[in-house]
Amino acid sequence: MKQEYTITVYTENQIGLINRIAIMFSRRKINIESLNTSPSEVHGIHRFTIVINETEEVVRKLCRQLEKQVEILKAYYNNNDEIIWQELALYKVSTDQIAENVKVERLLREYGARAVVIRKDYTVFETTGQRQEIDKLIKFLEPYGLIEFVRSARVAIIKDSAGFHEKLKDFELSAPSEDVIENEYLSQADKVFSM
Amino acid sequence: MSNATATPKTTPKSKTEPAAKTSVVRELSGSQAVLEAFLAEGVDTIFGYPGGAIMPIYDALYDYRDKLNHILVRHEQGGIHAAQGYARTSGRTGVVFATSGPGATNLVTGLADAMIDSTPLVCVTGQVFASLLGTDAFQETDVINITTPVTKWNYQVTDATEIPSVLAKAFYIAGSGRPGPVLIDITKNAQVQKFNYEGYTKCEHIRSYRPKPIVRKEYITEAAHLINEAQRPFVLFGQGVILGGAEKEFQAFIEKSGIPAAWTILGAGAVPTDHPLNVGMLGMHGNYGPNLLTNECDVLIAIGMRFDDRVTGRLDKYAKQAKVIHLDIDPAEIDKNIKTTIPVWGDCKETLPLLTEAVEKKTHTAWLQRFKDAYKKEVDAVIHDELNPTTAEMTMGEVLKVLNELTGGDAVIVTDVGQHQMVACRYAKFNGTRSNVTSGGLGTMGFGLPAAIGAKYGAPDRTVVAIIGDGGFQMTLQELGTIMQFGADVKILILNNRFLGMVRQWQELFNDKRYSFVDITSPDFVALAKAYYIDGQSITDRKDLKKALQTMLEHKGSYLLEIFTGKENNVFPMVPQGCSVSEIRLK
Repeated sequence: MKQEYTITVYTENQIGLINRIAIMFSRRKINIESLNTSPSEVHGIHRFTIVINETEEVVRKLCRQLEKQVEILKAYYNNNDEIIWQELALYKVSTDQIAENVKVERLLREYGARAVVIRKDYTVFETTGQRQEIDKLIKFLEPYGLIEFVRSARVAIIKDSAGFHEKLKDFELSAPSEDVIENEYLSQADKVFSM
Repeated sequence: MSNATATPKTTPKSKTEPAAKTSVVRELSGSQAVLEAFLAEGVDTIFGYPGGAIMPIYDALYDYRDKLNHILVRHEQGGIHAAQGYARTSGRTGVVFATSGPGATNLVTGLADAMIDSTPLVCVTGQVFASLLGTDAFQETDVINITTPVTKWNYQVTDATEIPSVLAKAFYIAGSGRPGPVLIDITKNAQVQKFNYEGYTKCEHIRSYRPKPIVRKEYITEAAHLINEAQRPFVLFGQGVILGGAEKEFQAFIEKSGIPAAWTILGAGAVPTDHPLNVGMLGMHGNYGPNLLTNECDVLIAIGMRFDDRVTGRLDKYAKQAKVIHLDIDPAEIDKNIKTTIPVWGDCKETLPLLTEAVEKKTHTAWLQRFKDAYKKEVDAVIHDELNPTTAEMTMGEVLKVLNELTGGDAVIVTDVGQHQMVACRYAKFNGTRSNVTSGGLGTMGFGLPAAIGAKYGAPDRTVVAIIGDGGFQMTLQELGTIMQFGADVKILILNNRFLGMVRQWQELFNDKRYSFVDITSPDFVALAKAYYIDGQSITDRKDLKKALQTMLEHKGSYLLEIFTGKENNVFPMVPQGCSVSEIRLK
């Protein structure tokens, strides 16, 4: 069954790596719903957060193919129950419209929004949350003329993760320790991943 | 001869220091550093073609030409296929030079071929000056992005100081773990830039790269248990055995466990053809028994092979009854196509001895007999008539039979792609490993001739026979020029059926004989060879076959023998596309 999976990829910081990662998906005609690159908890290690809609089997194979790339240290995949995730959205609306028609205080309180900029001609609100929350605010603002809207990629924290610090130490050894194992859950498909 | 460069040219050193590991700091150009890296990595042969953006490297090569043998090919695709042939027979990393733009794009087919067939290559391409990148400069092409999907790793160097460490990484990545092609793109400014060279240190570890997975003993124990319990175990082996240099370990394993073993096209030769447990070839045109009995075995042990669709046929009807043990160095191969019961990650050079130790000594006489019975059926239906035809026209099989008699199975057999390839792999006798060079995964027509040239440089003491069809030969025949100039002793055997035979066979069987553009005409190949000062002859009569092959093999230097074979002969057995291996057709 296809569902939303969040893939977290720890990588070296290397020009061109994003292309190497992106083509793993496009080659299989898989649409990337969201892609974020950022630093990680470990200095010098990059973290990609990629969201796709696929079956677990496909996602698992993709992660193995990703890990095969020379500059990728590790790729994890999680369903939405296994992560804490957020997106950020910006909304630009006409200040006149808003001031006349909207109880801004209520807007801020009910939608967890924040006014980032208030100018005579326009106001920019920001909200952080999951898709439904962000979409709710669009719906609310649309009647008042949404001038611009943009939503960021998903960023996600893995609930069960102890971070990459210890793993990295193992990667730095030329003969990694016994507990660094590849594909540990391959033949236990029903077992939910934890780090 | 060098063109104007950014830095003033210094007087060339009269003699370049050969020792690469010198700790004395000296000033070198980026180009010299590339060649020093080659020497330190033990490179002896480079296949290449010069051009504007790689001229500084070629200028430096002028001073290294007594240490590095450069073969000037006639097309970059020929260069990279030659490097592949070299790597396949020698077991070392093949090295290629090409210039930017068209030079680099001409490598793409070879890169894709080397990628899918796990062939270690280091390709160095020239690139325009870093300051011109992205300006659509003359012969500028975004080679890094073009080659990303077909390289194990690629990297663009814009600063000469990076060259020693990047090349060390390149050789390490190309040759370690599951091997593959690496491309290093060096901008012209980096080639001419002088820097303080502090010697060359081989790369032995990259933290984000795990060439070999940890061997997990508990799975070996479980695998051995499954094998010991098995009534009808069956081994499938691929090129992993050869790439791991584990031929002996593999033979010890099958001999102790008594398990019949069949090979993929790239695994051919890892075990001698006449080994009693070698039951033949897998796949679409493989032997009858190995295909049929895949769906009857109870434990399937796959070693260094990747369950290609040409091997498995229809996946949902493939070995469903069997428990599967998969030994592979590449963790991504486990469970990719076939669900594994027990995965054994690791280099089979390490895992096979552990497994051999843990399995009981056994024979599976009755089970092995099933393979023999199936083989007999195949002989009666196909092989006998293929090898001993009564038709007026010759068959490809009988050519191979006579060739086997004459070489005794010691020759390196290089093939192109198509019917002749299937026939050659089915019937060629291989006494030893690294004897079969063919384009397996990509199926690259035009691979044969240049790969044979490289194969000869990789195994100079062995007889190299390039078996090529009339179609494939016309794709890269310009490499006759390379043979002419550098004298590689390659025996070229063209099996000419005046058709693009494999496509024609499919059109006959599946498209109601609607022969759509498979009728290909050829030039006078012998006259063509003569134009390149290569001797040869063409035969159509069976009575001339043995003598002609003998003449070819005994000829001093390269020789081209064209043999006309039956126009509409088919390769059988055959597992039609989309069918299960048990639906293999004998006719």
